[in-house]
Amino acid sequence: MGTRFIVQRVGFVMLSLIALAVVVPILVIVGVIVVRGIGAISWEFLTTMPHDGMKAGGILPTIVGTLVLTFGTAVAAIPVGVGGAIYLSEYARDTLFTRAIRLAIVNLAGIPSVVYGLFGLGLFVLFLHFGTSILAGSLTLAIMTLPVIISTSEEALRAVPTEYRTVIASLGGTRWQGIHYIVLPQALPGIITGVILGLLRAAGETAPILFTVSAFFLPRLPHSPFDRTMALPYHLYVISTQVPGMPHEIQYGTALVLLALVLSMNLVATLIRGYFRRRRPW
Amino acid sequence: MLKGDLTTRTKTYQSEAVIESLIRVLGFSTIGFVVLIFLFLLRQGMPFFFQVPWANFLGTRWYPTFGLFGTLPLILGSILVTLTAIVIALPLGLATAVFVREVAPNWAREVLKPLIEVLAGIPSVVLGFFGMNIVAPLVRTTLDVPTGLTAFTGAIILAYMALPTIVSVAEDALDAVPKSYRDAGLALGATKWQVIWRVVVPAARSGIVVAVMLGLGRAIGETMAVMMVTGNAARMPLTLDSLFRPVRTMTATIAAEMGEVAQGSVHFQALFGIGIILFVLTFLINLAAARPIFQKRRRGGLR
Repeated sequence: MGTRFIVQRVGFVMLSLIALAVVVPILVIVGVIVVRGIGAISWEFLTTMPHDGMKAGGILPTIVGTLVLTFGTAVAAIPVGVGGAIYLSEYARDTLFTRAIRLAIVNLAGIPSVVYGLFGLGLFVLFLHFGTSILAGSLTLAIMTLPVIISTSEEALRAVPTEYRTVIASLGGTRWQGIHYIVLPQALPGIITGVILGLLRAAGETAPILFTVSAFFLPRLPHSPFDRTMALPYHLYVISTQVPGMPHEIQYGTALVLLALVLSMNLVATLIRGYFRRRRPW
Repeated sequence: MLKGDLTTRTKTYQSEAVIESLIRVLGFSTIGFVVLIFLFLLRQGMPFFFQVPWANFLGTRWYPTFGLFGTLPLILGSILVTLTAIVIALPLGLATAVFVREVAPNWAREVLKPLIEVLAGIPSVVLGFFGMNIVAPLVRTTLDVPTGLTAFTGAIILAYMALPTIVSVAEDALDAVPKSYRDAGLALGATKWQVIWRVVVPAARSGIVVAVMLGLGRAIGETMAVMMVTGNAARMPLTLDSLFRPVRTMTATIAAEMGEVAQGSVHFQALFGIGIILFVLTFLINLAAARPIFQKRRRGGLR
């Protein structure tokens, strides 16, 4: 065997070691949080209010807050995102204007989350007088989520074969009828996957809700969209940096709940994608 | 599909027109949002640039309570942490992409890709929490520095946050290199290893540059994790050991101070001013990253 092949052997081994160096810390992060946090998880922890300056009791309002915010984000982001994707995939031609839209999407995806927070504060909280509220936070998160929903939905729509559209047209259907009855249903699993991926980002984000929704300590459940609320990611930040003498177990327990929520959404998205990819007729 | 009856047909066409214009509006809205974001940053932040003299906000001291708004330490802090993160993440990410795309057996690919997706899904506050509790003490004891909350710790966490982006974009770039290139290389008697580094990676370089740019954009805008692990001392990171000392980034400054300032005060405007700088920076980075995407349409074949 020549030296070239020895070099290749050594090179491949090094590549696999580097890949391990990337993957092992991921397992360590998840592992450490599960092992240290699992002890804190109990029915009581998940379903009661925090008390004693958050050093005891449960984290119910933070879980509810995050779910409500994510729901609000979904309501605002799904119609706009899927509509935008339909436009790009089914209507838009490759003009300068369409490119400007694509550029806008790339840039929306790149804007730092804390800048979204500033924007939400400037527009929704102050200018539109929504105040620090679930409404302001959900809308801020929705705009942040848009690029993910648009690009994954567009990809799903584009994957539907062109023949499906020509057949509808040949039967005398209009463009929208084709989209409504054939293209959208065919692309739905892909769109759902994209929506979940976008929403899980929103659920885990802290910076955009810092100045738009978050309450430091508010041991009650929200009643209206104009209420403030606690939220899981912000709560984790608060109890790990702002509250001295916080029991480690509660910190890790909160981190575990957040991680479990986000990763289970991730898992659902992956499962839906895999299931329908195997079953689709094209 | 269309009924023969004339009135229903007219109705169909009418609703068609309504729906189409609605979808058009939704499509255009993304441009509107970018403009809106920039306008509202300007609205709150622009007065800062007029009220505070240049010498002050380009100064080296950030002490808002004393009216000192030198943004230089914050900008340099962001650059230091971000560049170090990319220096760590690029070799790791490229090697992982090459491994996954060119070398790994199928089963390894099936394990690696979902795991990297898991990393992309972990919220930044959870990574920051992990960094504070596990990585920072490790940095402190192994490097023997007074505190583990340093620019370097932030860079490590940021590197792992940028990795999923870098790996997936670089992987797409490698994937786009035609198989014929590889075959030609192998037919000339090169080993697989030589083909990878002398043919495939050079052919994919524009895509790899995009991967780095997007990773850079992600890293410079990251807030929570950075705020939790870098120690947040607003000092000029000019000496050689700055990497192993606390540092403060632009993002962390906004997140940490916005809660405590009075609305409309100079400090409040200053934080929006930093937001404007961040917006423009990431806009330029993404513009640069998006350029090859737009060129792809014109050039045929190899991207």
